[in-house]
Amino acid sequence: MSQFLEISGLCAQIDADGQKKQILRGVDLSIPPGEVHVIMGPNGSGKSTLSYVLAGREEYEVTAGTATFHGQDLLAMEPEERAAAGLFLAFQSPIELPGVNNANFLRTAVNAVRRARGQDELDAVAFLKMAREAAKALSMAPDMLKRNVNVGFSGGEKKRNEVLQMTLLQPTFAILDETDSGLDVDALRIVAEGVNRLRAPTFSALVITHHQKLLDYLVPDRIHVMARGRIILSGGPELARQIDQEGYTKFLAEVA
Amino acid sequence: MPAVTQTREAVEKLGQSTYKWGFETDIEMDMAPKGLNEDIIRLISSRKEEPEWMLEWRLAAYKTWQAMEEPKWAKVAFPPIDYQDAHYYAAPRKKPGPRSLDEVDPELLRTYEKLGIPLHEQALLAGVEVPEGERMPVAVDAVFDSVSVATTFRKTLEEAGVIFCPISEAVREHPDLVRKYLGTVVPAGDNFFSALNSAVFTDGSFVYVPKGVRCPMELSTYFRINAKNTGQFERTLIVVEEGGSVSYLEGCTAPMRDENQLHAAVVELVAMDDASIKYSTVQNWYPGDENGRGGIYNFVTKRGACRGARSKISWTQVETGSAITWKYPSCILQGEGSVGEFYSVAVTNNHQQADTGTKMIHLGRNTRSTIIAKTISAGRSDSTYRGLVRVQPKASGARNFTQCDSLLIGDQCGAHTVPYIESRNMHARIEHEATTSKISEDQLFYCRQRGLSEEDAVGLIVNGFCRDVLKELPMEFAVEAQKLLQISLEGSVG
Ligand SMILES: Nc1ncnc2c1ncn2[C@@H]1O[C@H](COP(=O)(O)OP(=O)(O)O)[C@@H](O)[C@H]1O
Ligand SMILES: [Mg+2]
Repeated sequence: MSQFLEISGLCAQIDADGQKKQILRGVDLSIPPGEVHVIMGPNGSGKSTLSYVLAGREEYEVTAGTATFHGQDLLAMEPEERAAAGLFLAFQSPIELPGVNNANFLRTAVNAVRRARGQDELDAVAFLKMAREAAKALSMAPDMLKRNVNVGFSGGEKKRNEVLQMTLLQPTFAILDETDSGLDVDALRIVAEGVNRLRAPTFSALVITHHQKLLDYLVPDRIHVMARGRIILSGGPELARQIDQEGYTKFLAEVA
Repeated sequence: MPAVTQTREAVEKLGQSTYKWGFETDIEMDMAPKGLNEDIIRLISSRKEEPEWMLEWRLAAYKTWQAMEEPKWAKVAFPPIDYQDAHYYAAPRKKPGPRSLDEVDPELLRTYEKLGIPLHEQALLAGVEVPEGERMPVAVDAVFDSVSVATTFRKTLEEAGVIFCPISEAVREHPDLVRKYLGTVVPAGDNFFSALNSAVFTDGSFVYVPKGVRCPMELSTYFRINAKNTGQFERTLIVVEEGGSVSYLEGCTAPMRDENQLHAAVVELVAMDDASIKYSTVQNWYPGDENGRGGIYNFVTKRGACRGARSKISWTQVETGSAITWKYPSCILQGEGSVGEFYSVAVTNNHQQADTGTKMIHLGRNTRSTIIAKTISAGRSDSTYRGLVRVQPKASGARNFTQCDSLLIGDQCGAHTVPYIESRNMHARIEHEATTSKISEDQLFYCRQRGLSEEDAVGLIVNGFCRDVLKELPMEFAVEAQKLLQISLEGSVG
């Protein structure tokens, strides 16, 4: 028992056009502090749903199981409380906020979690300095801070903006949902470096990906394979390489 | 439970308690008896020590009004108003028009303090003129029920040649100017409420900017209805001569009361060659309670005449209050190359009804107008944007751009867009865009995942939605308006 992140028997469903649709069917997963875990799995297996449920999205109804973070009942917390507690989700499809200035959004978010964590709020000057440095480290154009949140951003810019937010919010547990999808090799490296900069004995990450490439930079501790709403297989880093070469079919057949 | 459902439920819960300006000030009042007749009008006129021509003008307007009927075309519903059941004159029992603060009832000053109105520093109202400091000084005229109680920064303005005073004083001290322009943009008989206003208007502001003068500071008028069963009928007249410019802001609040109270203002603007007038409103009259009880009926006629070539009139409004808003600030673009602008945010919640918009009348060649209207509806409220763009035969090269966006919070509110476009000139260009959207679950969840409370998330998204309008407000007021938007939707979540 690591007491960092513990997920046990987690089941969740969604109301799709009046029909209850079961998506998570008993997820068991334990992530100790300081580790990077990876979830791979075919499209539609429930990876994004798991990340949403952990982050507190209300459309997904948890029907069974538990999830604790630092021993706290994660599922009883509001999304913003989870954020304040250190959970961050880099969205597979980041959301656009028309008219909302990116820097202003980031500062509001950073100060909201700082307040909740009992830290002093940052004034505009201190914040901008920090944000500019972080953006530069991610090779983001300076005007990205001035633009509206994700509006008119390219796919790659959106993903980098997620990593920028993660950097500034300083989570202790980050879920990255296919943050590498659609990125070129250079962008991939920059994003991976962004994650690596956060690595610490007190920081863990859950990385959802289809590709070995990202893992070359991230060096994960454990690989989990998800299918039909369950973790069906876990292993060391070599498992990812195997999947990358052979696909999922073999593994799915083995457990079936 | 999905956040939007919660949002809606919470909006429904939003009650009186969130109207923070709802207190009543206990001041001795000089009140006219209830009712409206020639004697009351004579009383108002004599209390204001008006010249004979003014009284006659009022009486003529009263006759016109008696022959008119309340307009019915707006998409608002309310029980019949008994015009005899209100006081048409109420004034703090003090000599009207105090010159210094010592003459102002301290209760009144406390009221301003509570309001935190854009008087910014009480020192301003206290007549201490401290133009130094980071912020731009703002001259303020404060109208309490029927009387203007204090105008600040008069001296600085006088030195610049700008007249800024209560209109009742202008009638006495600058009769030629008032006579020349009053009623020339909004004739008394223009509509039912303008006729009523012309008959009984009690106070308001008068601004005159002479040729070539850029007014050295923002001018601001603060309106408050305080006394029970009183109507407020203010009249504002702003004239800017050739090459002059002015930026003017009005703010409004009222106590919470079970009965509806009537507010029917008339605002007239006149801009000569190369003159510009920026008129900003932050309207926060009491909107009524969650059951739709009480609140202000806000029936306002605002119109600007761009008489001179290249003149410009810009209306910016943030409308969050009132039970009913009926208001169409308009521009008559007469001068060649003149410019009219209308930027509006209208927020309705609970049972509020707003029917607001603008009219851009293109008379001169190469006249241009821009309309950006943002409508936010929550609760069971109903909001209509109604806009007219008319291009007359002589207005060759006229251009208009209109953008109307509606944002719905919950599924029991309504938003409607009613554009009227009448072009009588083939060489005019008119563009109209309209969108309706909801705050999406995705957006709320995204913000909350980043640590924002649901309320802050709504505030942020709403402010983003209104950004194109808010950025037109003078800096200081933009900050206030942002807060106001958030407050008027407060409790709209979780
Ligand atoms: N909001 C939703 N409404 C209806 N079906 C959904 C919704 N979210 C997810 N699903 C369904 O749940 C399954 C798992 O989806 P998802 O978690 O996005 O998978 P993955 O991320 O592994 O590709 C899919 O069949 C998907 O269609
Ligand atoms: Mg997914």
